Amino acid sequence: MDTVISAEDLTKKFGDFTAVDRISFEVFQGEIFGFLGANGAGKTTAMKMLTGLLRPTSGQAQVAGFDVYRQPELIKQHIGYMSQRFSLYEDLTVRENIEFYGGIYGLTFKEIRRKIPQLLHELGLLEVERQLVKSLPLGWKQRLAFSIALIHEPRIVFLDEPTGGVDPITRRQFWETIYQSAAMGVTIFVTTHYMDEAEYCHRVSMMAQGKIAALGPPKQLKQAFQAQSMDEIFLSIARGAK
Amino acid sequence: MRTIFFILRKEFRQIFRHRVMLPMIFLMPIIQLLILSNAADFEVRNIYLHVVDRDLSPASRRLIGQFAASRHFVLTQTSFSAELGFRDLEANDADLVLEIPADFEKKLLRENEASLHLNVNAINATKAGLGQAYASAIIRDFNNNLRMEWLDMPDRQNPGRFDITHSFWFNPDLNYKAFMVPGILVMLVTLVGLFLAGINVVKEKEIGTIEQINVTPIHKSQFIVGKLLPFWIIANIELGMGLAFGKLVFHIPIAGSLWVVFGFAAIYLLVVLGMGLLISTVTETQQQSMFIAYFVLVVFIMMSGLFTPIESMPGWAQKVTWFNPIAYFVDVMRMVLLKGSGWYEIRQHVYAMLAMALAINTLAVLNYRKVGA
Repeated sequence: MDTVISAEDLTKKFGDFTAVDRISFEVFQGEIFGFLGANGAGKTTAMKMLTGLLRPTSGQAQVAGFDVYRQPELIKQHIGYMSQRFSLYEDLTVRENIEFYGGIYGLTFKEIRRKIPQLLHELGLLEVERQLVKSLPLGWKQRLAFSIALIHEPRIVFLDEPTGGVDPITRRQFWETIYQSAAMGVTIFVTTHYMDEAEYCHRVSMMAQGKIAALGPPKQLKQAFQAQSMDEIFLSIARGAK
Repeated sequence: MRTIFFILRKEFRQIFRHRVMLPMIFLMPIIQLLILSNAADFEVRNIYLHVVDRDLSPASRRLIGQFAASRHFVLTQTSFSAELGFRDLEANDADLVLEIPADFEKKLLRENEASLHLNVNAINATKAGLGQAYASAIIRDFNNNLRMEWLDMPDRQNPGRFDITHSFWFNPDLNYKAFMVPGILVMLVTLVGLFLAGINVVKEKEIGTIEQINVTPIHKSQFIVGKLLPFWIIANIELGMGLAFGKLVFHIPIAGSLWVVFGFAAIYLLVVLGMGLLISTVTETQQQSMFIAYFVLVVFIMMSGLFTPIESMPGWAQKVTWFNPIAYFVDVMRMVLLKGSGWYEIRQHVYAMLAMALAINTLAVLNYRKVGA
């Protein structure tokens, strides 16, 4: 299997505070990699370093074959990103959002014209293409944001708590979309707070106090921790941290 | 280039979709131009005058009549006591108290010399200064008329007398609006440029889309150009509208070339938008950005020579205005529109503006980061 993300002793310090403390891991092509941890465990900081938003203090990391120190802009060309904070423009229509992000990812006018109906059809959003994004239900917005993160057909997509605040059915639908993309060879790097979602991942890592406390497929972790569910593992790690 | 096109299209869509934004950009400046141009008028009328007439003679009445006839003065009160006059001055019911002593006419006739006393309320220094000047002019007139009549001394037999005649260049009618409108236009264009540009980038920070932009391969120069160009265009259109309005409504003269005005505005707006960008790189919310923009703008406008001449500022303040872009543009507008100056006459302004544009934009671009430290 191809390694698409690799981190070695990756560290980020803010003054005296070490947000991410020498984490090492690898993520393979087509994998759904769950990145878990309590609030403040350092997930978002780690993700920001991998997406080229934040410069690491020390350690090594490669994403899509590019170095996070020297080639952050090349990384950006090859990854998709969707964050918990809403990343679409609410005062633009569905169609205008797709046009804009397609355009700045370097798609040609022709490609954009071809992509829009295809994408809207897949999402079942054809009827609302001329509606402002702010008028859509949250679940639809999230699916649209996910599709837009994939518009330039990146090899890796980073999802930062993509399903916050929606009902279980919508979440389920969202994960089906994620599975489809993974089946097509897209690597999914996802952070979440929902432990049932963690079960959907091929492998998960659990962070506590800036370190990776556990890493492996959900089944293996449950065996190792002698736990019934991911919830138990999460709680024991989070408590151990305190 | 393509990327910039996509950003521009997005920006314009957002601006034109915003229901509050459009009138704010195009209507408010016109309204402000109308109001400010009529209000920012330094000619002093309605100076309240209290006359203490202790003489009650034909001469004193004649002098009072001359004051009453002047369009600058409003005669509010005549009394016999200086104390009453002073009380009016204290109560702000009078700006000026003219005291005519009891022996005014007598002395004038016998000794060919008499004294008057003026008390001026100097809280409003402009009004006080001008009021005193107008009053002196009226008294001088009165004096001359009397001499001619009573002493029967025709003008030409008095070799000691001379008149000063003026001619006003570049604004022959002393039209205040012709002087103020170009300056106010600068202020409005600056307001739109600085505030909108300052808010715009910060808004993306506030709603979180900046993070999404920062994980795209967009180059920061493309982003900045895409963000600022719309406001550069809007501010230029606004300047055009303002000039047309000034010409049609206030009949301001346009002596020089409009190419020079817009050419200079093009550089000037780079400075203003660069300042807006710089502000937005150091702030996190629209309120913070507004506050700083407002602070900067007030200082710049006050020290721009728009309302008070730079030449009458203290030395250190004059030096501060060297770094005030508004001062340069106000000056250029007046020079080109009223005097008809060309590129050669405003070349120093152009050099200064180019240097400022370069400095401020370099600083802003360096300060804007896609990758956090």
